[in-house]
Amino acid sequence: MTTAQTVEPKTMTRTGDVAGRMAAIAEEVAGPAAADVDERGRFPIETIEALRAEGLLAALVPESSGGGGASLAEVSEGLVALGRRCASSAMVVAMHHIQVACLVRHGRSTLLQDYLREMSEHQYLLASATTEVGTGGDVRSSICALEVTDGRFRVEKQAPVISYADDADAVLVTTRRSADSPESDQVIVLCRPPGLELEQVGEWNALGFRGTCSTGFVLRATGDVDAVLSEPYADISTRTMLPVSHLLWASVWLGIASDAVDLARKFVQSEARRKPGTTPSASLRLAETTVIHQQFVDMVNSSLARFAAADSDVDRLSSIGFGVGMNALKVSASTLVVDIVRECMLICGLASYRLDSPYSLGRHLRDSMGAALMVNNDRIMANNAQMLLVYRGV
Amino acid sequence: MTVDETIRQVLAEHGRLAVPVESLADDTDLFGAGMTSHASVNVMLALEDAFDFEFSEKMLKKSTFESINAIRAGVAEMTGA
Repeated sequence: MTTAQTVEPKTMTRTGDVAGRMAAIAEEVAGPAAADVDERGRFPIETIEALRAEGLLAALVPESSGGGGASLAEVSEGLVALGRRCASSAMVVAMHHIQVACLVRHGRSTLLQDYLREMSEHQYLLASATTEVGTGGDVRSSICALEVTDGRFRVEKQAPVISYADDADAVLVTTRRSADSPESDQVIVLCRPPGLELEQVGEWNALGFRGTCSTGFVLRATGDVDAVLSEPYADISTRTMLPVSHLLWASVWLGIASDAVDLARKFVQSEARRKPGTTPSASLRLAETTVIHQQFVDMVNSSLARFAAADSDVDRLSSIGFGVGMNALKVSASTLVVDIVRECMLICGLASYRLDSPYSLGRHLRDSMGAALMVNNDRIMANNAQMLLVYRGV
Repeated sequence: MTVDETIRQVLAEHGRLAVPVESLADDTDLFGAGMTSHASVNVMLALEDAFDFEFSEKMLKKSTFESINAIRAGVAEMTGA
């Protein structure tokens, strides 16, 4: 037993039942607002405010820093629930937690440790600027570079996408380490007001995930150099950002698929009630789709377990097998969500095709089609193809 | 060619470094010198071909390829030299 004196942190975040509380917000807040968020392509402010009020934006921050101390699995479960009701809200929350995970696992400086505490206290929302105009979508290379003078950094980035930047309290930005660094030598820096200036470029009017407000920006930022995460971005990406992104995105997509399966099941059951004694023709397809859905659920859960087992074991997190597996999760989940929604449309028929029916799957279909494109599956497959040249197998 | 010369030749051909290979010290961080993880795979394949061996699973990590010193140690371990 330790007798070391510790200062009790000011805990703003209620702990416990993170998934349950996220699910309640999904039902009571995100669901009722989803159609308006989608139609107007607006930020799901009420969902974020509800999460904020519950202290859930700091769910992944350790309790010692004033956060909820939740596991990734708990947040994943909450995102599935949110994804069922409003995929845009769920994706915003997923992207936020990915940034939080990077700060929690890699933010070593006193400044960043203090920021985590402040973030928990004020329930800040974090955004991310990884892609850059001119790199062809390759997040592992940057053109912009940090300029450091007298302990202060300065950076300017042409970002084709910074989701929900206008509603975020800070942005984590990837950049070259210095003007002399090659494109692949990147770091992440935490950029926040008043040292953060965002100039919007263009609009976000997309097929799905309309509430993520993923517009382009010219980002200009200055700040203390201690806001730069000390480890190379290559390592942070391999050990945290990539696996956590794929796990939490997959959770959102699983939410979309799960709601589609729920609707399909309700549809088949209503058909069965209309003609007791005869099995509706779509019931076999429902049974088949339920098999695929269970594969999806089990894959997300086993991938969460794989990440939890690797924990902070650098060798394991950096191994080729782990990387190939986490990439396979993204490709598989983004494919399954579309497959499942399409099958559910066949089950529900025109009722799912109509936009004014309780079985409408229009938004599910539109949102699901984005999954394969956000970090294109072809790029991820190319990375796996490269890694498999040297992989020795399981 | 010595082991070191072969390593440097492989890096020159496949490392896609931002600087000439002659300018590298034995302990220079190759990833800091512009080698991408993509390029490091090609370096690894070329090393296996040049020295006629296969890196074991546990050697397949970034740190094995982070400098000329690290590569030399990896090659020595795998070839028993």
